[in-house]
Amino acid sequence: MTLSEKILAKSSSRASVSPGEIVTCDIDLLMLHEITGPLAVQVFEEIGFKKVWRSEKIAVIFDHNIPASDVNSAEQMKAMRSFVQKQAIERFYDVGRGGIAHQILVQEGLAKPGSIVVGADSHTCTAGAVGAFAVGVGSTEAAAILGTGRMWFKVPSTVRIEVMGEVKEPITSKDIVLEVIGRIGASGALYKAVEFSGEAISKMSIGARMTLTNMAVEMGAKTGLIDPDEVTCEYFRSLNESIEVLTSDRDAAYERTLSLNSLEIEPKIAAPFTVDKVMDVKDVEGERIDQAFLGSCTNGRLEDLRIATRILEGRKTHRRVRLLVNPASMKIYKQAVQEGLIEKLIDSGAAVCCPTCGPCLGMSQGVLAANEVCISTSNRNFVGRMGDRSSKVYLASSATVAASALAGEITDPRRFWN
Amino acid sequence: MELNAIVGSVLKLGDDVDTDAIIPARYLASMGTSRLTEHVMENFDPTFKMRLRENRIIVAGRNFGCGSSREHAPLVLKAAGVQAIVAESFARIFFRNSINIGLPALEAPNASSSFNEGDRARIDIDRLEATNLTRGVCIGIRELSEPVLSILRAGGLVKYLKAKGEW
Repeated sequence: MTLSEKILAKSSSRASVSPGEIVTCDIDLLMLHEITGPLAVQVFEEIGFKKVWRSEKIAVIFDHNIPASDVNSAEQMKAMRSFVQKQAIERFYDVGRGGIAHQILVQEGLAKPGSIVVGADSHTCTAGAVGAFAVGVGSTEAAAILGTGRMWFKVPSTVRIEVMGEVKEPITSKDIVLEVIGRIGASGALYKAVEFSGEAISKMSIGARMTLTNMAVEMGAKTGLIDPDEVTCEYFRSLNESIEVLTSDRDAAYERTLSLNSLEIEPKIAAPFTVDKVMDVKDVEGERIDQAFLGSCTNGRLEDLRIATRILEGRKTHRRVRLLVNPASMKIYKQAVQEGLIEKLIDSGAAVCCPTCGPCLGMSQGVLAANEVCISTSNRNFVGRMGDRSSKVYLASSATVAASALAGEITDPRRFWN
Repeated sequence: MELNAIVGSVLKLGDDVDTDAIIPARYLASMGTSRLTEHVMENFDPTFKMRLRENRIIVAGRNFGCGSSREHAPLVLKAAGVQAIVAESFARIFFRNSINIGLPALEAPNASSSFNEGDRARIDIDRLEATNLTRGVCIGIRELSEPVLSILRAGGLVKYLKAKGEW
């Protein structure tokens, strides 16, 4: 069996499962945030539930629009705080105490290898980086889990992505995943699990791996996963968390395998308005930008802040460009301060703001005006995603975003790499 | 409960219609669906609400509802009057969300080529058929597995769970 099949079998108390089967599984962790959470709470009460199934298996994390940008947003958070208190939910990450949900689930060791993680957010698949089966759901589904602790799944077939070679900076895992999405297409992995493996993956940090699994949903996938290995075990040892290691069998059946060599991959970019419109950065070099965004659940980690700082240090961003930096969590923010990264970023002209999803989905802290162009480390470039419907978003790596912020136009990061 | 056939005119959409297009995130901080409905598809097509007055069965291509998990997307479509969505394929979260709120989301491999905007359509879930009454063409709808069909028959997950109590 593949890793997905093993986790679904274990959680539905079966000896084995195969693709296409419907199974009902026990959920190990449910995540709600302040945008999809209030609707889930409303439906939870409408169904007639009084008490959540297990308060210790629920994490409530505020991240989309924090700190509150208007009264409605503040009311949503107030309603969620009252639910958290009433249900005695201890894993609650309020403004200033956590950060972006998908970062927190991995950073705090809440998403464990071999477990089923469900979140009321489509990028919940990020937690597959540590070998969890992690999926996004809507609010009604989340309400049913709040009350029952269970959910039905159709066992997905698995597509294997094998990445050979070694990823060498300024190329990053973002370039790898954009290349994969370009080849597979925005609906090429619909309803499937995508498993990343190979030499290049085994050499990546957990943070770099999270960028890969984060974007599995942009190929239509149910989730993205990586077999736990020595890097994963070491990561959980550092968190003092014990884990059970499940991995895909050597003879597991994959629907197909896509192989690529990371040494052949150039800096990549996804042009507006679909994530699979992937090209080499050099093909769009010279496109003028107004905003550069470094952050989000895709690329707001220390790895990203370090590579961007290496490019920006001692230089000034283009005077026409505003560079927004939102570390993915308060812990990352603090580490970046301690490493001296934040000072260097500020000196280069960056506006360093608090962890939030805000800019990525045009909610707050960096909304685009009509006809503006943004280069972003985030994961979606749909029409109007970051603001006005005439604005445009290009998706690229942290290195490419930093280089472009300096030049004022889309720029290959190798021009600023020495 | 039997599902009655749905008869109406077709509103035609393409491939990869995303949930940001259906309802932009900036409106999600307001909770009322009625207020959200004012903004349905405004980034995608400002004439959408006009088109929807006459045409209430959406026929679309691949990967309908991709992107964000926001349940507000099928909720605003339903509140704006959409009776059913027939697409070649759906993004999985949107599909589950639609079924869970009792909005029929039906896969039909040949949907796009079989319907034009304004065609009269008859959607029969029990017989797994989508008929273009204007053209006299009938195509198959992909079978719904359990518990999807039961949830849809119940009128959504809330009613399903209220009746059943658990999974």
